[in-house]
Formats: sequence, C-alpha cells, structure tokens
Amino acid sequence: MKLDSKIPEGHISEKWTNHKNHLKLVAPNNRPKIDVIVVGTGLAGASAAASLGEMGYNVKAFCFQDSPRRAHSIAAQGGVNAAKNYQNDGDSVYRLFYDTIKGGDYRAREANVHRLAEVSGNIIDQCVAQGVPFAREYGGLLDNRSFGGTQVQRTFYAAGQTGQQLLLGAYSALSRQIGLGRVKMYNRHEMLDIVKVDGKARGIIARDLVTGEIQRHSAHAVIIASGGYGNVYFLSTNAMGSNVTAGWKIHKQGALFANPCYVQIHPTCIPVHGTNQSKLTLMSESLRNSGRIWVPKKKEDAEAIRAGKLKPTQIAEEDRDYYLERRYPAFGNLVPRDVASRAAKERCDAGYGIEANDTNEGVYLDFSSEIQSKGKQAAYAKGNHNPTDAEVTALGKQWLEEKYGNLFTMYQKITDENPYETPMKIYPAVHYTMGGVWVDYNLQSTIPGCFVAGEANFSDHGANRLGASALMQGLADGYFVLPYTVSNYLADEIRTGKIATDSPEFVEAEKRVQDQINFFLNNNGTKSVDYFHKKLGLIMWNKVGMGRNAQGLTEAIAEIDALRKEFYKDVFVPGSADEMNPELEKAIRVADFMELGQLMAMDALQREESCGGHFREEHQDAEGETLRDDENFSFVGAWEYQGEDINKEVLHKEELKYEFIKIAARNYK
Amino acid sequence: MASKKNINIKLKVWRQKKASDKGQMVDYSLNDVSTDSSFLEMMDQLNEQLVAEKKEPIAFDHDCREGICGMCSMYINGRAHGPDTGITTCQLHMRMFNDGDTIYVEPWRSKAFPVIKDLVVDRSSFDRIQQAGGFVSVNTSGNTIDANTIPVPKADADKAFEAAACIGCGACVATCKNGSAMLFVGAKVSQYALLPQGKVEATDRVLNMVRQMDEEGFGNCTNTGACEIECPKGISLENIARMNREYLKASLVK
Amino acid sequence: MAKSALLKSSLAKKYWMALTGLFLCLFLTGHLLGNLQLLAGSSTEAALKFNKYALFMTTNPAVKLLSYLTYISIVFHAIDGLMLAFQNKAARPVAYAMNKPQVNSSFASRNMAVLGTVILIFIVTHMTNFWAKMHFSQMPLQKMTVEVQPGMKQDFYLTTDGGYVPVNDPTYVVKNKTEIYETNANVKVKEGFKDLHKITFDFFRDPQYGLVFTILYVLSMVVLAFHLLHGFQSAFQSMGVNNKFTPAIKMFGTGFAIIVPLLFAIIPLFIHFTK
Repeated sequence: MKLDSKIPEGHISEKWTNHKNHLKLVAPNNRPKIDVIVVGTGLAGASAAASLGEMGYNVKAFCFQDSPRRAHSIAAQGGVNAAKNYQNDGDSVYRLFYDTIKGGDYRAREANVHRLAEVSGNIIDQCVAQGVPFAREYGGLLDNRSFGGTQVQRTFYAAGQTGQQLLLGAYSALSRQIGLGRVKMYNRHEMLDIVKVDGKARGIIARDLVTGEIQRHSAHAVIIASGGYGNVYFLSTNAMGSNVTAGWKIHKQGALFANPCYVQIHPTCIPVHGTNQSKLTLMSESLRNSGRIWVPKKKEDAEAIRAGKLKPTQIAEEDRDYYLERRYPAFGNLVPRDVASRAAKERCDAGYGIEANDTNEGVYLDFSSEIQSKGKQAAYAKGNHNPTDAEVTALGKQWLEEKYGNLFTMYQKITDENPYETPMKIYPAVHYTMGGVWVDYNLQSTIPGCFVAGEANFSDHGANRLGASALMQGLADGYFVLPYTVSNYLADEIRTGKIATDSPEFVEAEKRVQDQINFFLNNNGTKSVDYFHKKLGLIMWNKVGMGRNAQGLTEAIAEIDALRKEFYKDVFVPGSADEMNPELEKAIRVADFMELGQLMAMDALQREESCGGHFREEHQDAEGETLRDDENFSFVGAWEYQGEDINKEVLHKEELKYEFIKIAARNYK
Repeated sequence: MASKKNINIKLKVWRQKKASDKGQMVDYSLNDVSTDSSFLEMMDQLNEQLVAEKKEPIAFDHDCREGICGMCSMYINGRAHGPDTGITTCQLHMRMFNDGDTIYVEPWRSKAFPVIKDLVVDRSSFDRIQQAGGFVSVNTSGNTIDANTIPVPKADADKAFEAAACIGCGACVATCKNGSAMLFVGAKVSQYALLPQGKVEATDRVLNMVRQMDEEGFGNCTNTGACEIECPKGISLENIARMNREYLKASLVK
Repeated sequence: MAKSALLKSSLAKKYWMALTGLFLCLFLTGHLLGNLQLLAGSSTEAALKFNKYALFMTTNPAVKLLSYLTYISIVFHAIDGLMLAFQNKAARPVAYAMNKPQVNSSFASRNMAVLGTVILIFIVTHMTNFWAKMHFSQMPLQKMTVEVQPGMKQDFYLTTDGGYVPVNDPTYVVKNKTEIYETNANVKVKEGFKDLHKITFDFFRDPQYGLVFTILYVLSMVVLAFHLLHGFQSAFQSMGVNNKFTPAIKMFGTGFAIIVPLLFAIIPLFIHFTK
C-alpha cells in the first residue's frame, strides 16, 4: 500500500488556501440528501457535527456518555493556543507552526501543522462569538499565559477549565443544531463497528447502552472523533470510559494506525496512592508558570521525607535541586512535557523521589517563590511599598488562589494536603496519545469516506504534543477542516441516494458485533475485566512507558499476547446483552486495548531512536537527552491490520519531508 | 496520602434492574477500604467483590473522575455528592467516613431524571433545555469578527465564567426539595446574559429555556438555597435571580 | 406566549407569590400599627379611640379598596402556594431513603407550605372571631357607664357625633346594627360604635378559653415568624433582586420576621394577663 498524504502543492503558507479554493462543494439543495455520522462529541466531534448540521447535511452524532457535553475534552485545564499576538511578544502563525513542529520533535507533517497554526486565530474568534467566557484583562481584552515549549504568551484560557468552556461552546453549537432538527443525537450509544460497502465507509453498528439494542446506521461518510487511547495503561488522566474501540474497529477494517508508540506522559499529575486507584488526576501544566519543580539534593533527605521524618518546608533552599532549572536554564520549568517527565523519572530512578508509595515516584512542585514575588507585586500595586512578610505571603496566596484556586482545591480534596502551605507532590502520568488512525491532509483514513479527527488521528503533534495544542487541534479539525474536506468527498455522493441498512455488509458487520457480545456473556471465566485491564496497564507502564528498551519491548509483546489469550479464556462478564451492562462495555473496550497495546510495543520496538514522548534508553546522549535518528526514522509508521495475530501487522512508512523548517536537534537548554 | 488506613463499611445501595422495575435498597458490606480511595474507587472495589461472587455489579454513572464531566451522580448519606462541599461524587474521599459506618447510596430522585438502572438516571432533560435556547446563534465559519473587537468588562467576564462553570451534574435538582432545575437554567441564562454576544437573543433564550424546563417536569424554586450549597461548582443563587429578572423583562416586552 | 409566560410558567408563579407576599407584609405592618392601640388598655377613652379606628378602617373607601386587595392577595397567595407545593411534591415521586436537608437549607424555607397552611387556618379562625363579627353579626355597641346620681349608674351608648344615648331607654331603638333611631318618629338620630375593643378583650379574657385562645394566637405568630423569616427575603430573590443590597434586605427581613409577629403576640398576652 502506498500512502498518499495528498499534501497540496505550493508554498506552505498557501497550501491550505489553495486547497480550499479547489475542493469540490455540495450545493445547499443537495446537502439534505446526504447523511453523515459523527462518532464522539468532544471538541472535534461536536464541532464537526455542529458545522456539518449547520451546512445542511443530515447528521447523526453518537456518544457513549449520557450527554455530548461530558466528552473528555471537558477535562482539559490549561488553555488553547492561537497565534494572535495580542500580547505583542513577537508571535506569528509561523512561530506557532515552528514551535509545534519542534515540540513534536520533527515527527509531524509540516503542511498539517501549518494549517493548524493558520486557523488557530479563527478558533478564538469563533469561541468568543459563541459566548465562551475566556479570561480577560481589566481593559476588557483577552488575557494570555505561556505554556511549555514556547517563549511567547499565546495561550487563551478560562481559569483552569478551558477545555470545559470550549467544549460547552461546541456543545452549545451542537445543541442548536439538535434543536433545529439538523443533527440527531444518540446519547449512550457506542459504535462497535464500521460498515464498508464497495470499499467505502457506509455506516456503523452501534449498541444502545441502555437497552442493549444493536443498531445499524447508514451514512455517506463516517467521522471518527473518539479521542485517544491512553487508557491502554489502565491508569491515565483519561476518563474511565475513554477508549480506542471506534478507532481500532476501523483499523481492523482497513484503516492504518499510525505511530501508536507516541504517548504523552504528562509531568504534573498527582502521584499514585494505592492499588485500588482507578485513574490519575492531572494538575494543569499552567501551574509550571508559577511553581518550581525540585527534589532534595541529598538522598538522605529524600529518604527522611519518605519515612515521614522530614517535611519539604524544612529542606533549606541550598539543599533543593531545582533540576529543570539546572538542566534547562533557557526554558527552566517550562520545558515541554516529555522533557519534564523524563527528568522527573531520572531523579526518582536515581533515588531522590519523595512520595511514600511502593515506587517512591514523586517530586515537588513548589509555589513558595511565586507567593513571595507575586505577594510583593500585589503589595506594591496597592501602594504598600514596605509590606511585612505576613502581608506578602497573604497577598501571594490570594494571587495564587485567583489564578489556580480550583486546581489547588482539587489537589487538596484528593491528597488532604494544603498546597498553599506545603509543595504539591507530582509525578508524570499517561495523558495524551499523539499516535492514532493515519489520515491524509484531508483527515481521511485509508478507508474512503471514513474521516478521523482530533486526538483519534495521528496528524499534528508528531512525537510530542505541546500544552494547549490539543484543544486547538480538536476545534480546528471540527470547525475549519472537516466541513471543507468532507464536503469535497461528498460532492461525489449526491447521486448515491439513501443507503440501505439491509445489505449483506451491514448483516455481516452486525454479526461480528453480536458474536463478540455473545462470546463474552457466555464465556465461563472467573476474573473480572478490570483484573486483565490492570495487568495490561502494568505491562504497558513498565515496559512501554517513559523509558523503553528492546528487551522490555520484546517481553511486553509476548506478555500482552499471552495476557490476551488468558483474557479470552478466563474473563467473566456478568449480566445480559439486552440491558445496561457496564462490564460488557468494558470487556469490549479492553479487548481492543489488548491488541493495540501489543501494536504499541511493536511500534516502539521498530523505532530505533528517541523522539518526543518515545524514549529508547539505547538512544540517549551522555546527559540523558534524546537522540533522534532523522536519517532512518523521519517517517510516520502506519500499521496495517492482517488478522487476529497482531504480530503480523505490516508497517508502512510515510516519509516526512521538511521543506520550510530546518530540522535541528531539539534543544531547550 | 496523609493518612494511610483501611476501614470496613456497610452500604445500603439502591438496586433497580431497569426503568420499569420497582427498586429497593440492598445491604452490602465491604472490608479493607483505603481511606485514600475515592468514593467511586470504593464502588469499584464493591463491584469487583460482586463480580467475584458472580453477582451483577452496581451500575453507576461516572467518567472523568476529576470532578468536571458531571457524569457521576450519587446521593450519599442524604446529600447530593455526599458529605463534603464543593465536590462531585468522584472527588469524595473515603477519609470522610469512619470504620463501621453505614453509607446510603441512592440515585438522583426527580421526575425529570427517571432511573435507568441502579444508580444511573436519565438527565437528557438538561440537554433538551440547552437545545431550547442555550446557545448563541452564530455559524461556525470562523469568519466572525476578531475576538478582541468587543471588550468585555473583566467583572462581567468573570461572572459569566462563574456561571458557565456549571457541569450539568444535576445535584441542584437532586438536592432541591422541589426537584427544581433553576440553578442549572439560571446559570446558563446568566452566562449569556452577561456577555455582549449573548444579549442579542436574551429575550427568546430565557423564555424558551424556561418553557422547556417547565415541560420537563422540574419543580419550582422556593429559594431554599440548598442547590447553591450542594453545587460542586458553587454556582451562586445570584444566577437564579438574574434569570428571574431576565424572564420578567422578557415576558413584559414579548 | 409571553402572556402565558406571565401566568402559567414556573417563574410567573414565583413572581405572584413574591408580589402578594410582599403586599401582605405591608398589610401586616398596617394591621399591627392599628392593633398596637389595644395596648393602651381598657379605659373608655382607649376603647373609643380603638373603635373609632375600627370604624374608619371598615368604612373608608381607600382602605376598603386596600382590604379587597388584601383578601385577593391572601386567596391568591394561598392557592398559588398550594398549587406550587403540589407540583413540587410531584417533581419527586420517589423519596430518598436517607435525606439530610437540614445541612443545606433552613427549616423555614423547607416548610413554607405547611407554615402557610397553618397561617391560613389561623386567618380563617381569626376572621371568624373578629372580622366576620364586625361585618355580619350584631355587635355590641360601645357603652359607657356614668354615675348620673350618687349611687345610680346608667349606661350610655357613645355616638359618632360625640354624644351619648342612654341604653335601655324606650325612646331609642338600635337598628341596622349601629343606627340609633328615635322610636316614635322612626328617624335615625345617632350612630353608635361597634365595640370591637370589647369583643377583643372579652375574647382573650374569656374565663373558660381565654388562655387557650391566647396561647393559640401566640403560637400562630411563631408560625408566622418562621414563614416571614424565609418569605420576606425570598420574595426579593424571586423578583430578581440579588445584589449588594441583599445582605441588608436579609437583615431587614429577619428583623421584620421577628419584630412584627412578636408585637402581634404581645397584644393578647397583655390583654389576657392584665385582667
């Protein structure tokens, strides 16, 4: 299979404009004759469904949650990037483009990323017009903050709930279309397979999660916007329901799956507390604007802290190792996520971790310096040029509360510790997956008529995603890319007419789903789905996690393969098919995670280099920095399904050509 | 992390096979619950125990488990989201309970939130209220005016944000003795009423959303203020007052 | 649609509750100010003053208009309130097995319908005891006893023109409740005062039930206090007033809810315990 990325000709800054100008259109009177299915209602899905509905297509939107508003985009805290240069610090479309490519460690497609940077400004315009309450300055204009991996302030935010506000904006647009009857919403429905007719995507099989009914839905195009696959690790910052099933099912029907090994481990999450833990909680990256990350300089101090004999506040300034500031003076605490995560792991592996759990994995995120500096600023602003220490501290805390109040409260509720008084404990956790279904420039997968958007595709973040870029990509895909490219595809479908759902292809797809459900419910196993999911997660975290090596990956592949066999032999799924059955839902999802996990390990094994979130221990320099191999690995690795044995998947390579950016070592020093 | 200990608890949980069934409270006991666990992790543990006994686990809504998606919805020991304030069920921790405690777990109770199964209720009535007017009628072309064209006073923007922080969990309805949804609707109406972008459609919006709210069978507000106290996001009663004003204004002009 | 919005919608019901409620608060204030005159005691002058006031209140056209508004308000407030209460009850068909509303709301706010119903019952009995008598039954006219000669006392009706008409004098006859006619000429010569003051004092000093009536009255005022405690400030919230004045409104409301019923309650206590 030859992968055609369909990148338009021309200068990078003109590609998208030219391409849009030449895409085919569907006339308004023809649009109501065309059905489009959108799976997932996060930023990408909701915005796509709203836009296509507004254009006049018949849209059916699906989400497994009880409302489209609950998609996990809602949990994004920090912000959304846009090259507006409102802060007058030299930002531009090119810089956002450049930062994103560099942040992705030169493993993303230039043309896609440039398009993303181009439309970033529209996102902010659009959201403000929709009534999204972004943070503002006293002059009434929009406020910005900076995020990791950039030297400008281009991140728009709404306290620590930017994802929520953007999603509610998209949800409101979607709700408007639902109210107008242009989008039909299917809450609590899960897509369990895709239906292809004559090679084209023609519909999906979905299960009504309330009644258990298996339904056939036909359409002229199917858009998958089902999010990422971080839950393959069991513990992640993803929602409990986040899953790869939609993406994986289309993979099994012919869509290539690209760069599965690119996983973002977010540096600032609350450390694991115990074996019953069900998920990890992120503390927004924006906290790194104000917090300084450190561990004790002396091992004995770290040990004393873990034993509960010392408090972090008792460690003298000179005994603290602000390792990010030490190693990366230029970016300091604001290095990109992968760099910050690895640095934390390096310190903890070396024995300086401060968390008293099984793995000692934890470092401090300390706000005391910020309390002092911001407190002094606030005092001066109030005309008090001679503030006492107590006044400074109080004002500083007040400043922090205003900026991060909800995050601090969240932290306190979870850990029972007061982050205004004692530093936060943090540790990296699986957060985002840059890999995903391979798509071309039009966001179309290798199945014609099947488009993939948002985190579910692989396209824009290369080997590492910068903070505040996921929201940008989701909305860009849904609002500003898919409406054009999907219409271009649909222009050839105006004569197709309604697609019947009684064709053999639908029957067969439904049977696949039915068979899987019957298998699970009739399996005479003894162990719960979570038992297997946790086991899979441990293998993935230990061997396909932050540091990877050939031996571990080879073991992981074999272990997952074995675990999958055990899963099918011994899983017990209670209940029946014709009712709400959360265990059954989980079983179907975990089955796909098992296969994907194995593929991730295979992808990590073939990628004999370190880049972005993918760190191969064999490929590092003397200082522990990543060593990329541009000569041999400057490609997108897209896997083709070959049947049940995942080991047989075939790797296809899409060469990455950098015409407008000079590739360099990624340096944040 | 501060305190590591395990407790044994008893639970009384609402079990209801499906919407049309009559449910009942069922007793369970669960040992060795870490006080660092969240309430939902305790429920996971209970479900694991049930699955091990080949019994059907308890269905409950949950997703993000960090207090933002609004999916989790349990009435615990007589309070929406349990005995703590400013949190959702998933943020409730077992350190709030003592060894030997009996914990009641019930679904949201409201005519407009019918039970689907066990602790899962149908909150699509909230979606329908939103669909009736909870939006700004702007197309998604991106060719709108530049975001900074209309300055918005910081105070208004902040208030709009505070209203928009609603996660639509339904705790307000669950806790209100009248099963009223006015905090939810008031928050949405307020968010738009406070922003210049929302003002254009303010009249129709509030009339339509309130009409839909009434049609869904929610009760009426009697200003007990319970919703504000139990709201995980601390949405203020001011928003209900603002809706009352907006509605009064709207019904007088239209 | 706006018309139905102002009549049928949930919010409209709140507006009407608030408006009628606040109007009834005004009525309470007026009523209280009048009643406080009873604290002046049982002297003839005090009684006369009170009865004159009562006459004014029942005959002045403006006051009459206000009183009709008050009746309508009471009826509307009660009917609307009960309708709301039933609707609210229906909004939660299945009750919680375990519920702790006391942690998030006040007793008064949760029991407005019950408190209101008690107040309604009170109003009905109160009106039967005083208002209905005043309006429909033959009231005693205010009399005063004068010692015309040493050792010989005679009762006189006090009349609206400041005169006196002897009681039990066949020359005069009382017709149409208050009108005093010259018996032979059949001509109205004077008008007496309905002695509401006496009715009131007799009621609370009833040898058999006076104490019971007093206690019931005081209890009703306690109920009213709770009703007002929530109702007063709640009315402002319902009308959309929630701003920087709200703390002041709440404080005033609390004061109103305590002071008004307290003063009302003092009156029967005074009457009963000063006999």
